[in-house]
Amino acid sequence: MDKISFNIALFSYLLASFAYFVYLVYRRPLVSTLASGSVGLGLLSQTISIGIRSSLTGHGPYTTSYEIAMFLAWFMVVIYFLTEWKYKIKDLGAFVIPLVFLVMLVSVFLSKEAGLVPESEVRFWLTLHRTLSIIGFAAFSIAFAAGIMYLIQEHQVKTKKLGIMYFRMPSLEVLDDLNFKVITIGFPLFTLGFMTGSIWNTKMDQGFFAWDLARTMPLVMVWLVYGLVFFGRMATGLRGKKAAQGAILGFVAIIGTFFLHIL
Amino acid sequence: MTSGPNLVLVGVNHKTTPVEIREKLAFSQAKLEASLEELVSSPEIIENIILSTCNRVEIYARVENTDRGIQLLQDFICDYHGISRGNLDQYFYSFCDNQAVEHLFRVSSSLDSMVLGEAQILGQVKDAYSTARSSSSTGMVLNQLFEKAFNVAKKVREETGISERGVSISSAAVELAKKIFEDLENHSVMLVGTGEMAELAAKHLISYGVKTVYVASRTYERAAALAQTLNGCALDFESFKEEMHKADIIITSTAAPTFIIQKEMMEKAIQRRKNKPIFLIDIAVPRDIAPEVNELENVYLYDIDDLQNVVNANMEERQKEAENAMDIIKHEVTKFNNWFSTLDAVPTIVEMRNQAEDMRKIEVEKNLKNMDHLSSDDKDSIHLLTQSIVNKILHNPTINLKKKTQSQDGHIYLKAIRHLFHLDD
Repeated sequence: MDKISFNIALFSYLLASFAYFVYLVYRRPLVSTLASGSVGLGLLSQTISIGIRSSLTGHGPYTTSYEIAMFLAWFMVVIYFLTEWKYKIKDLGAFVIPLVFLVMLVSVFLSKEAGLVPESEVRFWLTLHRTLSIIGFAAFSIAFAAGIMYLIQEHQVKTKKLGIMYFRMPSLEVLDDLNFKVITIGFPLFTLGFMTGSIWNTKMDQGFFAWDLARTMPLVMVWLVYGLVFFGRMATGLRGKKAAQGAILGFVAIIGTFFLHIL
Repeated sequence: MTSGPNLVLVGVNHKTTPVEIREKLAFSQAKLEASLEELVSSPEIIENIILSTCNRVEIYARVENTDRGIQLLQDFICDYHGISRGNLDQYFYSFCDNQAVEHLFRVSSSLDSMVLGEAQILGQVKDAYSTARSSSSTGMVLNQLFEKAFNVAKKVREETGISERGVSISSAAVELAKKIFEDLENHSVMLVGTGEMAELAAKHLISYGVKTVYVASRTYERAAALAQTLNGCALDFESFKEEMHKADIIITSTAAPTFIIQKEMMEKAIQRRKNKPIFLIDIAVPRDIAPEVNELENVYLYDIDDLQNVVNANMEERQKEAENAMDIIKHEVTKFNNWFSTLDAVPTIVEMRNQAEDMRKIEVEKNLKNMDHLSSDDKDSIHLLTQSIVNKILHNPTINLKKKTQSQDGHIYLKAIRHLFHLDD
C-alpha cells in the first residue's frame, strides 16, 4: 500500500514538473490547474505513503537514506506550497517540483528496509537533527529556485534582451527578497540541525569531533556558503546576483553531499 | 436567410474615416438613450446598441431584413447628424451575421484599436451596452452577443500577451522599473535635466506609485518649477552627484555635450546604496551616462535607443499575439453562431408543429362528426391517439433540424423544411 501511494506520488510529481514547465512558457490556465492538482495529489499520496511506512516501522521517516529522501521531498513540496500561497509565484514550481521528482526518483533505487532505531535518548537527538536539517534543506531548495529565476531575469534586464521570460517572471526585488527570506528560515534551522547532529554524535559515544570527515566536510562548506549569504547581506549588503549564485551553489553542494551520504 | 431576423452592423472607424468626419458622427452620451429608443421604435429594428468613441461610431442591430436594415441604420446616422448620405457612403462599412459578430469580438478585444491591445475600448463597449440595456433597446440576441464579447475580450487578454507589453517609451520604462523593483511605491526617482520626455516618464512612474521625486537642473528655477508640478524637491545641479545614491531610478535628459555620470561615480553611489539596485534611464542625446556604467552589478542602464528597441519588440510581439487572438475569436464566432442558428430553428419548428396540429384537428373533427355512436371518452382517445401519431412523425425531423441548424449548412435545411411544409406562404 505504501508502495502504491509512493508510485502515485512519483508519477504526480513527474506530471506536475511538465505542467509547471508548460505553464511557465505557455500560460494556459488549464495547465496551471493541472500543475497544482497533480502536486496536491502527489503530496497527499506521499503523506499516506510516509504515514503507512511510519506506522509499520514504528518510527518517523529519518533513519535510512530512503526515508530521508522521502522526507526531504515531502518538506520541499510543503514549503513550496506555503511559498506559492504567500508569494503567488507559481513559476517557482517549474524549478522546485522537478527537483522533488529527482529526489523521489533517486530514492526508488535506495534500500527500502527499515532502519535501526536507537534507544530513546539518542533517538530524540537523532529525530531533531534530521528533521531540522531536512526542513532547512527544503527551505534552501526554494532559495535555489528563486536564485535560478533571479539569474534568468537579471540576465534579460542587463543585456536588454527582454524575452518571454522577462514578462512571465517576477521582479528582481521579489526574487531577491524571497531568496533572503527562505535563507533566513533555512540557515538557523540548518545550524540547529548541525548542532543537534553533534550532540547526537556525542551521545553515540563517538565524541564531538569524531566525525567522518569525508562526509561532514561538504556540509561544513554548505554551512559556510549559506552563512556568507546570510551574514553578508546584513553586514555588507551582499545581494542580487551574488546572493542568487550563493543560493544555487549551496544547494548544489547539498545535493552532492546527499549523494555522498547514500553511496 | 429568409426566416429569422438578422444581425447587422453599420459604422465608421479611424481606419476608414478621418477625424473631421468622425467627430461629426459621434453620438453624445446625453442623447444616446433617446437615439437608441428612436431606432428601436422602427418596425424594422428589433434590438440595437450604439457604440460611439473617439475612434469609432458603430450601430449593432438585429433587423427584420439585412439590406433594409443596413440602409436604415446608415440613413439614421446621417439624418441624426444632419449630413447628406452622398458624402458619407465612402466611409461606411457594414457587416452582417458572422462578420458582424467577428467585428464586435475584434473591437472589444482591442484588435481593431489604433494602439493594438489597449485596454480602454472594452470599458467603452461595456458602457455602450449598459446604456442600451437601461434604455431597453436590447433583447435576447444582442444581450447574449455582448456578454459573449466581454468574455472573449477577457479570454484574449488572459490567454494572449496582446496587452502585456508597453508600447510607448514611458510605459516600457515603467515596465522595466517594475521588473527591477516590483512595487514602485517605496521607491524614489531623480530627474537630472528637465526634458519633456523625462517629465513624461516621471509622471508615469508617479502614477504607478513613486512618491519621492528629486529634480536637478543647471538652472535651479527650472528644477524648482518642475519639482513643484511633480510634488518633489529641487536640487542644485552640482549636488545631484552627492545625492545620487538616494534615488532608485534616475532619468537624465540634460543638454550636456559629454557624459555627466561616469562609471566611478556610479560605483561609489552603488556602494553607498549597499548594492541596492538602481535603474538609470538616459533619454538625453548626446547621452548623459557613460555606457560602461551598465557593467556594474545591480546597475541597469537604458538609453533612448534601448527603450525604443524594447518598444519596437513589444509592438511586434503584440502583432504576433493578435494572430493568436484571432484564433480564439474565430472559435468563439463559430460557437456564437451555433447558438444563434438554434434560435432560427425554433420558430420553424413551432410553425411546422402548429401546421400539423391544425391539420390533425380539422381532419379528426371532420370525421368524428360522422361517428355519433362513439362515446365522448372514445372521441378523446382518438384525439390523443392522433396527436401521438403526429408527434411521433414529427419527432425525428424536429431533432434533426435542431442538430442541422448548428452545422455550417444549417440554413439550407431550414430553407428546405420551410419550402417542403409551405411555411412561408
